[in-house]
Amino acid sequence: MGENIIELEGLTKNYGSVRAVDNLSLTIKRGEIFGLLGPNGAGKTTTILMMLGLSEPTSGKAWVCGVDATKNPIAVKRRVGYMPDSLGFYGNMTALENLKYVARLNGIGEGELEERAVKTLSLVGLEKEVHKKTAAYSRGMKQRLGLADVLIREPEVIILDEPTLGIDPSGIRGFLTLIRQLSREQGLTVLLSSHHLHQVQQVCDRVGIFVEGRLLVQGNIKTLARELFGEESYVISVSLKNPLPHLENYRNELLQLPGVKQVEISENTVDFSCVEEVTPEIVRFLVHSGLDIAGVHLKEFGLDEIYQRYFESQSTNNVSDEKHIDSFQRSFFKRSKN
Amino acid sequence: MKSTLIHSRDLFSKEAKTEKSSQQRFASPFWVMVRKEVGDHIRSWRLIVMLILIVLTFLGTMSISLGNIRSAVGNLQDPDRVFVYLKLLTTSDGTLPTFHTFISFLGPLLGISLGFDAVNAEHNNRTLIRLMAQPVYRDNLLLAKFSAALILVSVLFLSLALLMVGTGLLLTGVPMEPSEALRILGFVAMSVIYVGFWLSLSICLSVRFRNAATSALTAMGIWLFLTVFYQIIVNLIVSAMLPQSGYLPPEQLLSYNNLMLSLLRLAPSQLYSDAVTTLLMPSVRSLGPLTMEQMAGAIPTPLPVKESFMIVWPQVSGLFAATTVCFALAYYLFMRREIRT
Repeated sequence: MGENIIELEGLTKNYGSVRAVDNLSLTIKRGEIFGLLGPNGAGKTTTILMMLGLSEPTSGKAWVCGVDATKNPIAVKRRVGYMPDSLGFYGNMTALENLKYVARLNGIGEGELEERAVKTLSLVGLEKEVHKKTAAYSRGMKQRLGLADVLIREPEVIILDEPTLGIDPSGIRGFLTLIRQLSREQGLTVLLSSHHLHQVQQVCDRVGIFVEGRLLVQGNIKTLARELFGEESYVISVSLKNPLPHLENYRNELLQLPGVKQVEISENTVDFSCVEEVTPEIVRFLVHSGLDIAGVHLKEFGLDEIYQRYFESQSTNNVSDEKHIDSFQRSFFKRSKN
Repeated sequence: MKSTLIHSRDLFSKEAKTEKSSQQRFASPFWVMVRKEVGDHIRSWRLIVMLILIVLTFLGTMSISLGNIRSAVGNLQDPDRVFVYLKLLTTSDGTLPTFHTFISFLGPLLGISLGFDAVNAEHNNRTLIRLMAQPVYRDNLLLAKFSAALILVSVLFLSLALLMVGTGLLLTGVPMEPSEALRILGFVAMSVIYVGFWLSLSICLSVRFRNAATSALTAMGIWLFLTVFYQIIVNLIVSAMLPQSGYLPPEQLLSYNNLMLSLLRLAPSQLYSDAVTTLLMPSVRSLGPLTMEQMAGAIPTPLPVKESFMIVWPQVSGLFAATTVCFALAYYLFMRREIRT
């Protein structure tokens, strides 16, 4: 732990006049699970390809496992397993044959080949489909086979590009648990890119948010939330059975409660922005005031909000595009911000 | 899935790693790819179809030449009559073309069918990027595809030649001259290079075009152009260049004739048939027109093997160069290509 296994320095990639990745610097430590988050076309895949030496950066350096990926891609590819977003296998071969082919390419000796391939397949839960042709595989099964394909060569780092694409929800949970477990057991470093926030939130130690080729922010989810939303990182929303009769009287009293920074009262919901978690106090107070509480909801800032917050700042910068989304987001945030 | 997770520990444990280092018996990635490509080709329908086609023409031409071998060998006018096995390959009674004529026609088809989807099928299957993420050099893929197809073609032609020799030996009982064996081997090598040219051309097109059908059609178009239209066009151009007057001095006629031949030799099929004719008919002494002075004093005897090889050497190097150029172009296109687009 503590050793930097991936180091990117001022990585830039231009496709013609389009700048896909813009001066990206990032370090990932050994054993970490890092989530690269961003919308489609943010440059996530391009960054990954540059880390593997499959694409040449316009400028900047990518060091993976202490090796310059641009100059010595073979050494990097020996130690890094990469699962691309669009997975394909040789449809006329069975899963086992596909896996054995990859294993042979990685220099795994014939003696242990079969045994290892079967073990890896059962590790990802495909033990029943070993001899099935991959042309008949479903999307989720292909994804698992893709993971087996990455794991069979015992990599130090695994890079998964959109690994949860096209798997059903329960499958995703299993898949992510498996990734996390592997990472913890074997000290694997995992870099996964996604635009599904919840999934990334479940497994990642740290995330980086990537928009239009730039890494806007990185850190674990708690720090990100604190950075973004300042002190008010808890929002408690209480819905009442009946609309509040005397709004202003309550507002002042509510602001007196410890930790409460802001109170917003709309018809029959009250939103509290607080520095700390004070739900019991708020509920007790409201009950004592004789109000009927229909529901209490503690809103922790997840990636969704972080993400949206960034898009908001993005879209206010370039007002011309996607105006309606912009205004929608603004109205959405006004409620929680005020 | 949970229960299987227990396996993961022994799968990735230290012992497994040390075991691997002690076990050095594994093939290099290049040969792994060649092996896989050969396997794919052998199981593919298109190779089976091509194989049937070629074996049928082989059997057809062989049965005709075996029927006519007695008269061909007994023909005292022919200086090549002593070479029974070469006669087997070149004799025909006019109902069917000879085997090498067939190959000059079917060889391109074989080459194109083995190579037209070499790279674009990998790309469209999404296997290309996964393959490139393995520790293999990018050019190894092209080279493996090329070598695998060429190995198959060599095996095919060599076994056909051996089959022919074996049949001849059984039926006639005539022992084979070493020079004959060399000439037949030369013919096989020439055919392999010829198919190799079309193979590298079609691999090049498969890198250039995303769609396998486009690349196949383009390759077919080039093939048709070079075998059918090119000769017509060259004939038209040269006849347009000829002066109108009916009488031409012989030197000038000769120079026009030579010009036409050199233009025709830009087509690989012409190079191939020139080379193969010379190799299989030892009495052929020149591929261009000869004047009476040059012929004066020459006795119509077969040439030694070395002389025949000397005559076809430009053809061999020409075909080889064309193959290399196509392959280099494929290489250039493939190495510069962004892997995901």
